[in-house]
Formats: sequence, C-alpha cells, structure tokens
Amino acid sequence: MTNKTKLVLIGNGMAGVQTLEHIIKLAPEKFDVTIFGKEPHPNYNRIQLSYVLEGSKTMEDIILNDYAWYEERGIRLVVGDEVVAIDTERKTVRTAAGLEASYDVAILATGSKPFRLPIPGAELPGVIGFREIADCEAMMDAAKRYRSAAVIGGGLLGLEAARGLQQLGMDVTVVHLMDRLMERQLDAPAAGMLRRELERRGLNVMTGRKTEAVLGEERVAGLRFADGSTLAADLVVMAAGIVPNAELAKASGIETGRGIRVDDFLRTSAEGVYAVGECVEHRGVTYGLVAPLYEQGAVLAKHLCGAETEGYIGSVTSTKLKISGMDVFSAGEFLDAEDTESIVVKDPFKNTYKKVVLRDGRVVGGVLFGDASLSTQLTKWSKAQAALTPEMHGELVGGGGCCGGGAAKGTGVAAMADDDIVCGCAGVTKGTIVGGIREQGWASVEQIKACTNATRSCGGCKPMVEELLKLTLGASYDGAGAAPAGICGCTTMGRDEIVAAIREKRLTHVREAMAVLGWSQPEGCSKCRPALNYYIGMLWPEDADDDDASRFVNERLHANIQKDGTFSVIPRIYGGVTTAKELKKIAEVAEKYEVPMVKFTGGQRLDLLGVKKEDLPAVWAELDMPSGYGYGKSLRTVKTCVGSTFCRFGTQDSMGMGIALEKKFERLNMPAKFKMAVNGCPRNCAESGTKDLGIVGNDGGWEIYVGGNGGIKLRGADLLCKVKTDEELIEISGAFIQYYRETGKYLERTSDWVERIGLDAVRAAVVDDVEGRKALNERVEQALAQLEDPWKRVVDSETLQETLFDKVHS
Amino acid sequence: MLAKEEGGGALLVEIGELSAFPERMGRRVRAKDTELAVFRLSDGRMFALENRHPNAKKHPGSLAEGIVSGEFLYDPLYDWKIRLTDGVVQAPDEGRVRTFPLVVKDGKVYAAGE
Repeated sequence: MTNKTKLVLIGNGMAGVQTLEHIIKLAPEKFDVTIFGKEPHPNYNRIQLSYVLEGSKTMEDIILNDYAWYEERGIRLVVGDEVVAIDTERKTVRTAAGLEASYDVAILATGSKPFRLPIPGAELPGVIGFREIADCEAMMDAAKRYRSAAVIGGGLLGLEAARGLQQLGMDVTVVHLMDRLMERQLDAPAAGMLRRELERRGLNVMTGRKTEAVLGEERVAGLRFADGSTLAADLVVMAAGIVPNAELAKASGIETGRGIRVDDFLRTSAEGVYAVGECVEHRGVTYGLVAPLYEQGAVLAKHLCGAETEGYIGSVTSTKLKISGMDVFSAGEFLDAEDTESIVVKDPFKNTYKKVVLRDGRVVGGVLFGDASLSTQLTKWSKAQAALTPEMHGELVGGGGCCGGGAAKGTGVAAMADDDIVCGCAGVTKGTIVGGIREQGWASVEQIKACTNATRSCGGCKPMVEELLKLTLGASYDGAGAAPAGICGCTTMGRDEIVAAIREKRLTHVREAMAVLGWSQPEGCSKCRPALNYYIGMLWPEDADDDDASRFVNERLHANIQKDGTFSVIPRIYGGVTTAKELKKIAEVAEKYEVPMVKFTGGQRLDLLGVKKEDLPAVWAELDMPSGYGYGKSLRTVKTCVGSTFCRFGTQDSMGMGIALEKKFERLNMPAKFKMAVNGCPRNCAESGTKDLGIVGNDGGWEIYVGGNGGIKLRGADLLCKVKTDEELIEISGAFIQYYRETGKYLERTSDWVERIGLDAVRAAVVDDVEGRKALNERVEQALAQLEDPWKRVVDSETLQETLFDKVHS
Repeated sequence: MLAKEEGGGALLVEIGELSAFPERMGRRVRAKDTELAVFRLSDGRMFALENRHPNAKKHPGSLAEGIVSGEFLYDPLYDWKIRLTDGVVQAPDEGRVRTFPLVVKDGKVYAAGE
C-alpha cells in the first residue's frame, strides 16, 4: 500500500471519474485513490438530468458508477463533504467536516455552477439552477405544487430544462437576452426554425428580454424586465450559462482566470496539482460540454501513468440538443464570416435545414436542424478541416432530400474510417467497435456499452452503434439488440441450417440437437436453447420432448417475472369480454393473496402484479380460468371493439369473431409474441394497424392486415387480402400463423419477418396457393391438438408445484 | 428444519430432499436468514448462490429461475452469466454473488452456514 502514489480527486463528477477510469485501465495498481464529492450521490450522468426531468429516465438509470464500483476498486469515496482548502506546500487537502488527506497527485474536477444573475430577488426561494440532482428534485417538486415557470436562458441547458418542466405539466416561458435562441450554437435561420418548433409544442418564448429583477416577497412571484414589463412565475430556473468552480483553487493560491488555468498536460500552477473538466481554462477557453472534458481526461490519465501523449490542444466542439424528437446539431464554426462561404440546404416542406461552412474550400463547421443524420460526418469534416469533395457535397445535398433512400443511407457509418470517433463522449472509434464485434463476439448495443462505454453518456451515438452491428454481423443481427436471431456463440449454423438439420435428422430433444450438431458449448446458452426448443416443437408437434430447462423463466413458470422476483398473472379473458361474476372472482383472489397491483393491460386484459412465486399454483387454482399467456411467445390477446352487437356503426360481430379466433389459436408456440385485433368497422377502435394480425370488418366481409407493430419499432400493418366469409377469414388466419411459425426466426416479430421475406411471398403462400393453404392449416391443427392449459397442469401436479414453484413443506 | 453439528463445527441446515431439486432448474430455498438459489447440474453437482442479483442495488431480482448451462447460470432477468462454482460474474458484466457450500447426505441436502 505505502509504495503506491497517493491520488486525491476533488469532485466526483463525470470528468473526474472518467479520468480515473482511464487511469485504472492504464495502471491499475499505481495509485491509492481518495475521492471527495460534494453531492451525496455516486457518479451520475449529469447530461441526462434532462431525461430524468422529462421522465424518460429515473435517477437510478443515470448512475454511471454505483457504490460497488468504488468498493471493488478499493477507492475511498467521501460524499456529501466538500474540500475547502488545499495546502500546496504540505500537499494536503482539508474538508468542511475537518477530514484531512495528503496527496502526491491532486486532481481538481470541481466542475461548474449555474451563473446566477446579480439582480434583486435572485436569492428568493423558488429560484434555482439546473445542474444537480437536487435541482431536478426541486423542479419535480415544484411541478406538483405550482403552475407556471420561467426559465432564464435560451441556450442548450435552458431549453432542456424548459422542455422538462413542460413535460411535468407546467406552463413554461423561456426568457432569453439575445434576439435568437442558442446563439452560441445556431445561426439565425436554424434558431428561427427551433423557436417555431418549440412554440408549436406549446412553449412560450421571449427573446431580446433583459431580466432586471425577480419579484416576490416570501417566494418568487415573477420577473421584471428592463422594458418595464413583467411575467408571473411560480418557479424561476436560471440557466443563463455556467461559471467554472475555481474558488477552491484560487483560495489555495493556484493561478486562475475565468477557470483554473492549466497547460496542455492539465497541470496547474501548483506542483502535483492538476485540473480537468468544466473548472479549467485552457489556452483561454473554458468548456461546458462533455466531449472536451473526456478528451482532457484521456490526456491527463496518460500523462499521470507515463503513457505517451502529445498533450491537449483544445477541442472542436459539437452540440446536440437533447429534446426528444428534435434534431438540432451544430459543430465548429457555424456562423458566416467575411472569409467564409456556406452551402445551405433548406427544405420548408420537411422542415429541415443544413448548412456547412467553408473556408478556402475546407469544412470548418455547420448546423443541422430537423435531420441530424449527417452529424458524425460534419464533426469529422470540421475536425479535419476536410476539403469539400463531390461525394461530400452529394451526401449533404442528396441525403434526406429524397424519399426511400433511408435504409441505404443509414447513419453513414460504412464510409467512416477506423479511427473515426463514433462515441464522442467516451472517445470510442469505429475500429474499436468493429474489432470487438469481430473478435470478442459483441452482439448487442448493451454489450458494446458495457465493454467500451460507447452510448453510455448522452446516447446520441446509439443509431451508429446499431448500424455498425448491422454492417458487421449482416443478416444475423436482429436489430432489437436482444439476440442474434437463431444463432449464438455456441454454433456457426444459421437458423435455416439448424431447422433443416432438425428435420432431416429427426431430432426431438434440445440436448440431442446440441450434441448431434456439434455445439461448442455442450449445454448451449440462454440464446440457443430456447430457440432450439421452439424449432423442435414446431417441427415435431407430436414427438418433440419439450425441455422445460431450456425455456425462459416466464414460459417455464407460466407467469411473467418482475424485477423484484415476483410474478404477474393474466388470466385468459377471451376477446376482452368478461362478466360481473368473473370480475368478482378475480377481485377476491387479488384480495386473498394480497396482490399489490391490479392493472388493465394494453390488450384489454387484467393483470395481477406482484404475486409471490409460491402462491402462483394456488392463485391459478382459485381463479379457475385458463392462462392468458401474458408471458408467452404465443398468442397474447385478441383485442376487439364492441362491433355490431352494440355499436351503431358496427358492421360485423367483432367480439364474436375475436373470441372464436382467440379460442382457436391460444397456447400455440410461436417465434415471438403474437397480438391480434378484430374490428367491426374501419374506424378501427381495436387498433388493427399495430397488430401482428389485424382484422377489420366491413359491409361485405373482412380485411386482413399483417405485420403491424406498436412496440420497439413502430410499423403499420400491410393489407394481406380481403375475404367475404368467416370461414375464409379463419382459414387464412390459420395459414398465416403456421407460415410464420415455420419460417420465422426465433424472437423475430412478424413486423421484421414480413419485411425480411416480403409481403408478396407471404401472400403467395397463404392466399394464392390454395393447396398450400390447406396443408398449412392441417399442420397448424396438428400442433393445436397437442396443447393443454399449463396452469391446470401445474394445479393438478404436486411434483411440479414442489420442484418448480418452491412449495415449502411444513 | 433440522440443524445439526457437522465435523469442523459448521452449522448445517437441511434444505430439502435431493429428489426435490430437478436437474438444471433452480429452486429458491430459505436457510436461516438468507434466501438461496439452489441448482443441480446435469453432472449431479449442486451449488447454492445467494438469491439476489449481483448488482442488487440496481436490480433486486432473483437468480433461481435462470437457465443453467454446464456450470454457468444465465440470470433470468438481465441475462448476466454467472459461474455457479464461485459466483463470479462473466464478462462483459462484472461482480460476484455469494456462494454457500452444500452437503448431500442420505438423500437430503444441507446448506452450510457460518
């Protein structure tokens, strides 16, 4: 221990901890580390506070390093205490609570604080900044009690705060000193488009307003402007810029300007003391964005560990506004100057704007609004000051301008060089990611995130990482990031090869299949075993030896596991049509077993959430209803509208048909979950357009839609065909389901499947080929004949209850 | 539940009949104050983990319902890969789950406490 270098990190935020992560990677044993953090939290992702405010993420989601991370690395972490003095002679630091620590190396990563306008009333309760978790909490709390908010500052931070408050239900006005929003990142046309878009979303925007005073007695009541006008507000957020936290350094005799002055190796004026992040001033510049901080951190880590580095020379910054559904991006020099020229593409129809600024024919920066798919290229070109080529010009002018080219264009990762940065936050290159996919077998965004930190900070590079996965893995990448469909690291065989082999060799058990087909890991993994079990069951409905141990927990236990280890129970309610008696029974069971939550599902069913595992068999026995398969890769629900039974517009008996279809096809194993809907008229109240199989009734019969999805990837269903009679409808539904079962990859939803094999191929097999359709129906009938209700099976078997449901003996 | 002294002084707690532990499918079992996830591999060996996710602060979870392959467990909620012999989480994730020694004697399974 004693021969280690003592490192004290002052500040437990993103810049400091990222630097430390680099250091640990380069020299895991070199330093004995102590961290002091003022906020009472582990290191979290400050950039994503706006997501927390907006509600799309929780505080927990944005923790970057939990307490265990520090513990496992032997790092001493002191939170909720602040370093108040550095003795650069004795090389010690002292905290507010009186702790002392000596250092060989000290890193100041004290960050910045919101700039508080020096105006009367600025200290009133209800006036806050937007910087820390505590600010976020204050805003969420205010939103519950108050109606109106004013945000001073129409920059990145201010707009994100404003949008978040709006999302929390407040009436929000952004007050900006300048005559246009985000003037430090956007030129006038883009700023104008941004303003119109924000106003369209209900945000009030005031520009050219100088705030002179905060009004109010005991609490903030409003603002007064230089022109004498006022604005009422119950909450005021000051987001008019940030100020580096340099007081500690200054008080300790370290040289400061606007921030703590550092050289190219992040050295301050005091020997052994370094600084990194928003608190520093480097070559006269301070930064308030994440990428430069990470670049500084990487240089500092190398310097401290004795690795070679050319030093930090400053950053070309790029900015992305993190408001859901709004693409706003700028990089480098984005304003026109006397010695620059620009290429501008403005499309008022699609509401997009692109501008690339050139000096002597070289790219020095630009702005993107409405379509930021060129953001990587623009950053790259600006950094390299690349000379504009006809190809680049084509990408700029052509990209996004025409329709249908979307898939081919993607995010442009194919054209990137190996050392181009994909994740600007963590500094991860294309080469690193592609290398990992090829050599380490990374197969999902999550895995790449865990191994490289790419996508972990702002998440803006996720589409590019996905593109790289697609590009490198080709057809075996399934897009949802769940599993490479049909294959895994245990085999080199693809889905079709495996299915053909199971058929030819008549394999009827998962273990047998893995042995015969030469699996590299003899007992497979969580990806291939459930897939094999499905393929075997699909091919040999009568002879397959279903392997419970190869099913995911939900399908093995016939209930949906929740994050706390309890389960949810959804009984079958055919067509979503129930009775008072049935509801009473469900209510009684919920009470008796103290079910903490009863909820309607999106598919018109009742969900009992929080059931203990050992209670499941008894709950099922007392419900005495069939399993609703809310957990299964099988028919989930048939959603129905009221139809001709009650509705004055209804032309068909949608409830009757929905119930018939649900009864017919329930319990059938499928490649993935399968949702249906039946509507009595084209008003489509049961939403056929987002179902795997959606049926719409009209006066003359039924329309059948397929491949819709309302989940991860929104896709409207395609019209497969129209039929006149109920019999035809059932026959085509059966053929469609069986064709999907036989040709789908395990875990592939019909939305992806239809796109992969083509609607025409599906129509040919299911509609046009009458003989084939009959054969498909015979095979689906054969599979249906084998099925029984899984809940009943468990209720009838003491052994199953004991082995699978941990029934406890007295 | 029985508790008896074994050689070496470790306290053994009976957690059930051997036949109640199916191959490759875990069970939740209480041993004194700890909930265990007990697994029987296809080669007959048995292991017990503390039935909490290795990153329990973030994911409360349960491990007993995972998929067992050889001497590895794939966690049922987040698909982390955990070695049953020593509880070590495999890359790209990291961490470690507490393990508990098991003893099989006369058709009964016992967990050793501290």
